[in-house]
Formats: sequence, structure tokens, C-alpha cells
Amino acid sequence: MTQDEVRAKVHQFIRKNFLFDEKTPLADDQSLLGSGVVDSTGILELIAFLEETCRVKFEDSELVADNFDSIDKIAAFIMAKLSREKV
Amino acid sequence: MNFHKDILRLDPEAEIAAIKAGIRDTVLKTLRRKGAVVSVSGGIDSAVCAALCAHALGGENVLALFSPERDSSPDSLRLGRLLAGKLGMPSHTEDIAPILEASGCYRYQLEAVRMVFAEYGEGWKFKITLPSIIEGDRLNVSRLTARTPTGEFRSERMSAQAYLQLVAATNFKQRTRKMLDYFQADRLNYAVCGTPNRLEYDQGFFVKGGDGLADFKPIAHLYKTQVFQLARALGVPGEICDRTPTTDTFSLPQTQEEFYFALPYAKMDLCLYGHNHSVPAAEVAPVIGLTPEQVERVYRDIDVKRRTTRPLHLPALLVKDVSEISEMKKAVIG
Repeated sequence: MTQDEVRAKVHQFIRKNFLFDEKTPLADDQSLLGSGVVDSTGILELIAFLEETCRVKFEDSELVADNFDSIDKIAAFIMAKLSREKV
Repeated sequence: MNFHKDILRLDPEAEIAAIKAGIRDTVLKTLRRKGAVVSVSGGIDSAVCAALCAHALGGENVLALFSPERDSSPDSLRLGRLLAGKLGMPSHTEDIAPILEASGCYRYQLEAVRMVFAEYGEGWKFKITLPSIIEGDRLNVSRLTARTPTGEFRSERMSAQAYLQLVAATNFKQRTRKMLDYFQADRLNYAVCGTPNRLEYDQGFFVKGGDGLADFKPIAHLYKTQVFQLARALGVPGEICDRTPTTDTFSLPQTQEEFYFALPYAKMDLCLYGHNHSVPAAEVAPVIGLTPEQVERVYRDIDVKRRTTRPLHLPALLVKDVSEISEMKKAVIG
């Protein structure tokens, strides 16, 4: 899976599950937590989606805002994690 | 602003007098009820509300309602009775466990817990906890912590489904209590007193249609530190004043900061006050023994909770305005 593919999947998931429409703007560098797009229940759904779709398992220490606060950050974090796990 | 640790100190006698006048005006004139029902939990907020109502309306015109269930601490009922006795208030105890059992609440609760710990059963106890945002910029990802019959503690991250179902079952308990509050209020022609303090009210630490539902909320403007100040001035029993605030909702003892707030209430109060008055984090930090970065995180958490719990404060929303009613509401509440 490439970083662009992860970004596209996350983008689609967030739009479908948290925005409920096609019109609301959603930028890949937008703060998801700060803008309220993803709330405390949403973050649980997002984590489950990422673990299942990208076949990763997050450590508690990885569940920090810096890794999940935008679609770009999520994609970069997932790619870094996948490459670490390959090694 | 000269921010200091005693900045929330108020004049208890003046505050009590103002709240008493407010209660009398609200209950007797605006709501046109003869007294008040207060669900007394054994905690500080309901104790102070009950005492204020008793002082304002006369103890004989305030009903203290105790509604324990399977997961309640026995201390809650004992302390509630101690308070009602001291204030000269009639009281009523309704064990809500049979209602919760019959409605499936405990079954749903057990099912949710077993989504996380499949072997959960007799002799186990549990609570929901959040990671400390003081230690890092952690996401608010809830965990289920359980104690096995042999005393071993286990903690697992919750799925969204388990979390939502467990919270729904927990909220059911609060809504059942509220149904009983209103039954007693209807029967006696009383108003229902809500007991949130400012921290709970502002941060959405209540259940819509549960403990959030009331006819009046006399201490919603007071920081918890101030509620403790009033408690002492009102003569609330020391054992209630000294008790660590708990949720008294799950079978394992749980502090409010484990479940919802980032910090113990005294520090949380000061952060909320600081944030509300635009005090820089760097000025608040040394007063409460945190770093400016930690206070910034608390400020952000305050904003997030305020935003995500906003729907709890909203009334049922209409598609089109019914002006006759909205104008009447404006006339009463502004």
C-alpha cells in the first residue's frame, strides 16, 4: 500500500463516517481533532478502521495527537510504522 | 491578571444568600412549585444543592431521593441519609436494580464488557478510564480496566461498539434515576433540582435526559472548589466534604479524573478559570505545579470537550420556529 492509497482510504472513511456529505471541505492537512471532525467516539472508529485496513496494531504510546491529527499525518505515520515492521 | 491559587475563593455567606434567593424565586414564582426533589448521591454537589434548597425552601419542603443500584457504593446511601437527617429533609429510597434488570440494562452492560474481556463474569469488577493528558498529548481513547476475582488488574483499549454500548447502559441508570425524580416531583408538585457544578456543566459531564435534566440548577455557575467552600459554610457533614469525588457508576471505584477530567478538580478548576479569563498557560502553570505545555494541553482538552458535548446543552431542535413558544422562552430565560 502506498502513502497516497492510505491517504485516499482515510479521506474516504472520514468523509463517509464523520462528514455525512460530499460538499463539506476536507483538506488532507486539516486538523481533524481541532476542527471537531473526529470526536472521542470517532477516534475509536478511526483507530479500528486503520488497524483493520492497514493491518497494523497501535501501541498505546503511539495514540498521540501528532500521529492522528490530519489525513496527511495519519498516512505518514502508517507508512513509517509499516516500514518499521518490515525491518 | 494576578493569577493565584486562591483566585476562586468567594464570600460563602453572600453566595449562599444569593443562591437561596434565586432558588426561592425560581421554584416558587417562575416554576410555581411548592418544593424541590434532589437526588442525593452522597457526593458534594448534591449535598450542597440539597442544603441550599433546604435553607431556601425549608427542609420539610425538600425531598431527598436515594436510588442505589447494583454498582453503587454502600457509602453513598449511608452518607445521603446522614445528610438528609441533618437537614431535616424527608427522604425516599428506591432501589433501581430491579428496573435496570427488567429493562435489560445490566444485560447490555455485561455484553459490552464481554466485548473487551470475553471471560468477564462473577467476581469481576470494571471501570472505564482515560489516559492522562498530563503525561503526553494522548488521544482520548477510553480503556476498560477490570479486576479479576483473583485481584489481577487488566486494561484493554475499547472498540467504539463496546464503548458506546457501555456508556449507553450507564446513561440508562442516570435516566432511570431522573424518571424517579420526576415521578416524585409530579406527586408532590415539586420542581426537580439539578446538581452539576460549573466544571461538569461546562465540560458536558452529564447525561442528557439523565442527571442533565432538571427544572433548575442552582450551582451550575460555581467551580467545584467553590462548591466545597459552600459545603463547609452550610454545615455539610465532614465525611461528605472529605470524600474523593467519584462517578459511583461502575463496579470498580473510579475517580472523576480517571473517567473524564484531565486533572484533580482543584487544578482543573484553576485551568478552566484561567482559560475562561484568557490567562496565559505560562502564568497558570507554576501555580498548579505543571509545565506551560501541560496547561496548554488542558486548555485544548477543555475546548474539545466543550465543542463535542455542545449537543447535550441543546433543546430538541425544530425545523421551523414556533414563535409563540420561542418568545415565551426568551421572556423567561433571556
